Amino acid sequence: MSEIVIYTVVILVSLGAVAAVILFWVSRRFKVEEDPRLERVLEALPSTNCGGCGMPGCSAFAGALLTAQDLSELYCPVGGNEVMKEVAEILGKEVTERDPFVAVVRCSGSFEHRKQTSVYEGAESCTVAAELYGGDHACAYGCLGLGECVEACDFEAMYMDERTGLPVIIEDKCTACNACVTTCPKDILELWPVGRKHQRIYVACKNEEKSGVARKECAIACTGCAKCFDECKKDAITIENNLAIIDYEKCSLCSKCVVVCESGVLHADNVPETQLVKLAAAREKRIAKEKEKKRLEKEAALAEAKADK
Amino acid sequence: MSLRASTELKHFHKGGVHPHEEKLSADSSIEVLPPPKMVTVSVAQHIGAPPEIIVERGQAVKAGEVIAEHKGFVSANIHSPVSGRIGKIDPVMDSSGYKHMAIAIRSKGDDWLEGIDRTDALITEITASSEEIVEKVLSAGIVGQGGAAFPSHVKLSPPKDKPVDTLIVNGVECEPYLTADHRIMVEKPRELIVGTQILMKALGVNRAIIGIENNKRDAIELLTELTKDLDGISVEALRVQYPQGGERQLIEALLGREVPSAGLPHDVGAVVHNVGTTYSIYLAVQKNQPLVERVVTVTGKDVEKPSNFMVRVGTPVAEVIAAAGGVPTGTGKVINGGPMMGKAINDLQVPITKATSGLLLIPEEESHRSEVYNCVRCGKCIEACPMGLEPYRLMLLSKGKNHDKAKEEHIMDCLQCGSCSFICPSNRPILDYIRLGRSKLKKVSQ
Repeated sequence: MSEIVIYTVVILVSLGAVAAVILFWVSRRFKVEEDPRLERVLEALPSTNCGGCGMPGCSAFAGALLTAQDLSELYCPVGGNEVMKEVAEILGKEVTERDPFVAVVRCSGSFEHRKQTSVYEGAESCTVAAELYGGDHACAYGCLGLGECVEACDFEAMYMDERTGLPVIIEDKCTACNACVTTCPKDILELWPVGRKHQRIYVACKNEEKSGVARKECAIACTGCAKCFDECKKDAITIENNLAIIDYEKCSLCSKCVVVCESGVLHADNVPETQLVKLAAAREKRIAKEKEKKRLEKEAALAEAKADK
Repeated sequence: MSLRASTELKHFHKGGVHPHEEKLSADSSIEVLPPPKMVTVSVAQHIGAPPEIIVERGQAVKAGEVIAEHKGFVSANIHSPVSGRIGKIDPVMDSSGYKHMAIAIRSKGDDWLEGIDRTDALITEITASSEEIVEKVLSAGIVGQGGAAFPSHVKLSPPKDKPVDTLIVNGVECEPYLTADHRIMVEKPRELIVGTQILMKALGVNRAIIGIENNKRDAIELLTELTKDLDGISVEALRVQYPQGGERQLIEALLGREVPSAGLPHDVGAVVHNVGTTYSIYLAVQKNQPLVERVVTVTGKDVEKPSNFMVRVGTPVAEVIAAAGGVPTGTGKVINGGPMMGKAINDLQVPITKATSGLLLIPEEESHRSEVYNCVRCGKCIEACPMGLEPYRLMLLSKGKNHDKAKEEHIMDCLQCGSCSFICPSNRPILDYIRLGRSKLKKVSQ
């Protein structure tokens, strides 16, 4: 009996020893030399694997960071400048700072503003609905309201507003990873610089129809009336295809365009209401002044004509 | 042809379903509608590059005059369906649910361009050479009228290294309700046969098969009788099975050849043309008529008189429905096409296009989706899939954003025939999600 136990123990121990020797040799022979910095870079990255950098995940991005000569093309929007600085320190490379971005919704067509023309009953997916038709409302450019962007967001930075049927972005949580932008079949979502004092001015409409048609389709559509274009002193606004487009690089956030917009499609995020009220008052004052000036000029001209007679 | 029991009839072997046929308008002969007061001719009527508009507002046009010229190889001309004056050229909502450039024409009289023969006289002698035929098909703006609207001249110019030996004329019309092709076969059989001979000449083939499903006995008997003494043309009755009208399914049913994945019919030596297209090709080659009108079925359970109309392209849908007795009360939706592959339209002012085979009016109580339950893994969708795919799996992969895996599982081979959604006992929106996956993959490949 004891013999069996002894044999078993001896065989198992010797098997274990042989295996250990083989494993030791294999681990030595086939050892993969890994850059010790890789682990540190990975630790510094946010590990969200969101793909916002354009790579499939954080480890692929870390690999790219290690091999790249120049970091100017690579950027982690989630970590932002802080993480990139840390990474650059680890790698001993230079990094350029970038302005932080945030997603904005370029549609204002809430339920009350555009009338429903049909009922959609298919799968709850904007992409499927967009293959089928322009939408369950008259505007073919606007948000479909099925919330595929919210589903795509890995950071819980979006939700669908049940009252308006439009997505809302929670600025503090948005990392500008671009997931919602690429998901949206209507290209409603865009990345904008967070801006000074977190202020941004953008046209929340993509309707390219002529003014009358656009207005009929949605009460809050950009008609391309060009009032904002006239008001802008920085040439930041252009009108293309009956739609105002703001160039955020030129915009000085003066908010004067917001005040003149009659449709209300110019959204001014985080611009205090008081500032807008002030601007509106100043504008009215200016218009009144101009009117008065014109009236006086006319009167003077009339008086002159009378005197000539 | 001797009457064979329906079990002996040819049919495709993989999958398929058999929805209620509901061919309500099968016995109503084609009624020619007068040209409408106003037509709206969309330039997005076919697959491929949209043609270039060559007319201006205010210009007078005759019926049959080219108003938009084809651009590139896969494209087709568009002709004025009426005589009159060009109105607005603006984006207009069409049956795709999106706005596309469209030419409005206010019609006056019915004045046709010189050289177009509008008589009913049958011309059997084919004088045009095969190159001339292809040229005529191209200039007449003929596109496939089975639904996909693929420019027909492309199908008539197969690559030189792919010899074609058989022409198949598709008279299957497997979609329930629709009867447009059926009526053409019954009312214009001689023209159809000449059209078939024209196509045979253009392709240089000696064999043509007219495939017809067995629920159209009158058409089968008539065409069999007429082709009795003709060399090369035969008529084949097919078992009723959806989607037999699909090119791949029809080739498999008639010739037993399988078109490879991502391949085309000419890879297996076949070319398929729809009955309506063949008739249009007859008109184009023998009578110089461009494609400006087509047969449209207006049908539905509550429609006053389900009919088949010869309609000018660009006629508003509402006018065509009015000719069949108008929209009945309690109509839930109007579908452009048949109930299986057709698509609901959200505005009755959208124009008829070259691809509109029918208008189906569905009562409110039948126009909604049923409650969706969980997948019970019964495998019925796999049995029904005519392409041998696993629809439930493709749906799950697409839903879970595993698009690469879905591509490996051949999601791009899906015909979008809807057999899977039709057969699913849990009413799952399988096709919707397959479309999601396909569209995501297309976006990536762009």
